[in-house]
Amino acid sequence: MQGNVLSVLVDNHAGVLARISSLFGRRGFNIDSLSVSATNDPNLSRITIVVSGGGAELEQIISQTEKLIETRAVFLVEPSMGVQRELLLLKVAANESNRASLREIAGIYKAKIIDLSPNSMIFELTGEPEKIDAFLQMFANYAILELCRTGITALQRGEPTYQLKERLLP
Amino acid sequence: MQLNGSEILMNVLLEHGVTRVFGYPGGAVLNIYDALYHYANKIEHVMTAHEQGAAHAADGYARLTGKTGVVFATSGPGATNLVTGIATAYMDSVPLVAITGNVGTALIGRDSFQEVYIAGITMPITKHNFMVRTVEELAPTIRAAFAIAQEGRPGPVLVDIPKDVSAATAEYIPVEPTAKKEIDLPDGYLMEEAIALLASAHKPLIYYGGGVSASGGGDALRALCVKADIPATHTLMAAGVLGTDDRHNLGLIGMHGNLTTNKAVAACDVLLIAGARLSDRVALNPAKFAPKAKIVHIDIDPAEINKNVRADCALVGDVKAILRVLSQKIPAIRHDDWMRQINDWQANDYQPADDSNTLKPHQIMRAISRLAGEDAVYVTDVGQHQLWAAQYARHLKPRSFITSGGLGTMGFGYGAAIGAKLAAGNRPVVHITGDGSFHMNLNEACTAVSYRVPVITVIFNNRVLGMVRQWQSAFYGKRYASTDPHRQTDYVKLAEAFGLHGYRCANLAAFEAAFAQALQSKEPVWIECQIDKDERVLPMIPAGGTVDDMIMD
Repeated sequence: MQGNVLSVLVDNHAGVLARISSLFGRRGFNIDSLSVSATNDPNLSRITIVVSGGGAELEQIISQTEKLIETRAVFLVEPSMGVQRELLLLKVAANESNRASLREIAGIYKAKIIDLSPNSMIFELTGEPEKIDAFLQMFANYAILELCRTGITALQRGEPTYQLKERLLP
Repeated sequence: MQLNGSEILMNVLLEHGVTRVFGYPGGAVLNIYDALYHYANKIEHVMTAHEQGAAHAADGYARLTGKTGVVFATSGPGATNLVTGIATAYMDSVPLVAITGNVGTALIGRDSFQEVYIAGITMPITKHNFMVRTVEELAPTIRAAFAIAQEGRPGPVLVDIPKDVSAATAEYIPVEPTAKKEIDLPDGYLMEEAIALLASAHKPLIYYGGGVSASGGGDALRALCVKADIPATHTLMAAGVLGTDDRHNLGLIGMHGNLTTNKAVAACDVLLIAGARLSDRVALNPAKFAPKAKIVHIDIDPAEINKNVRADCALVGDVKAILRVLSQKIPAIRHDDWMRQINDWQANDYQPADDSNTLKPHQIMRAISRLAGEDAVYVTDVGQHQLWAAQYARHLKPRSFITSGGLGTMGFGYGAAIGAKLAAGNRPVVHITGDGSFHMNLNEACTAVSYRVPVITVIFNNRVLGMVRQWQSAFYGKRYASTDPHRQTDYVKLAEAFGLHGYRCANLAAFEAAFAQALQSKEPVWIECQIDKDERVLPMIPAGGTVDDMIMD
């Protein structure tokens, strides 16, 4: 099941990520992925969290997160109303014999080859998580040496619809 | 004017009307205590035996007065000793500002002597916490701490101040504390929906909790009960919001509530929940809680709505303001059949048997209420005595039953009673404890003696850990693992060693005589009541059960 994507705007303070993760840990909410980034407002950071719970649990996750003093807005990025992207870096064992076929896969998925060494290559791919999952399936018969994914980052389409809570902290 | 950080702290406390703080000094708060020395005529510092006692004292003070309690502690162990006290306040939504010192900013993160990351430790047990990095941030941070502790659903806030920040100087400009924000009423259609539900009910019931007490909504609640003829049951946190003698007040709900209240929950067709959070001690089985009822839930904290039990109508806002509007707009109704049904249940409810030869817990509690009078403040520890106090004391005033309901902190009572008594004036403050809880923090006797705080401590001594033993008896085949410690404590001698007077009683007449003397005393007193180790708290619904599983004898 695809998780729900929450966009959380928080005061840009040291420790705010610890507060969010402490809350999720304490309440037993599961995080599928989490990414933190700066925003156009230097006072705000955006934490994008993918959670697997739905229904009543999702409602609790939102209202408990909203309660944190440093949380300024929490909203669900509905798939139909937003765009979601994730970045993959993938290191695969590669040599002269299979390099061409690997390049063919990369070409079809529009992945970039960003590093090449005698025995390995690194791909970079950006896209929706499903695309990245599909890309990774192509490597079933290759030796994946390492990989990392950033987790989802997401924005709503069109004008922002959320309202920021009043800032409480000095 | 230019002041150092510690003087700024004193001035911001004074801005917020703080005249008494509780705490314990140490290396990292030397600057702050030096300022306390200079401000001693404006801010009284009460030094306890242990920081935990100080935290509970600030908590008890806050619960009695409704003001924000303030506690000071040094870095490292001083700060960690506050943790249980802060968590206790957090679970019961008590406004508390904890000020800890820390090592200087240059030493932070280097495992310096008495350094601990108290902001990290207390993150899940505070509404918010701060580490102040510069003296310029100090005043606005302390002001924010008070605002956060008091606004919305109250709770504890911790401010960690490194030693160099409390020494550095900055410009201090006094600021009037901002008035508490008015909280909007819920949308009109929701209020109408709630009124329509209540007005159409045949068997309405109100279940009220600490939120009614915190918001000062007792009178509004009573008005609603009387006008619409609705019976009400309360949580441990709300004893005294309605009087024990009020016709509509059925008493305690939940695990150790009575048969009537729990039957009423099972039978009601509309349940109005006011300022309560449906914990596992009330909604023991959330799926079977009030199964026939439409639920209207009032709370100031939106996260409480649908957390444990789903509401059909949610009213988020100030409980008092909402209750007042409900009581004004609801039509006057009678529920004679429903009240008759309830009276029938009450006639057949659990009744403990009196005994003139031995001391019975309910008789002790009733004697205390009779002798201490209408102004009495009860402060409990945690265990059997706590429930007996809830069940059998006459609760007549709000903020007068002070107990650790959420966290269930054994050892809470003595510190909390001292804090409460310091704010209670001539009102008698009775600390109800058990021998288990009392052993945890009885060291605070020295505080009561030093400051001549005439708390009356009544020790229900059954020589075992009664509540745990009761569970072992009911659910663990009477295998009494570590609940009979064979302690040989002589409370009368120990009281004398601390410099206070102790009594030992084995029957009711002796207890009444001792308690009457204690009420006249200007000093703290202990009264040991020897009770049977097989005394139980009844009735009882086992964890996860319903009223059908209730143990009555």
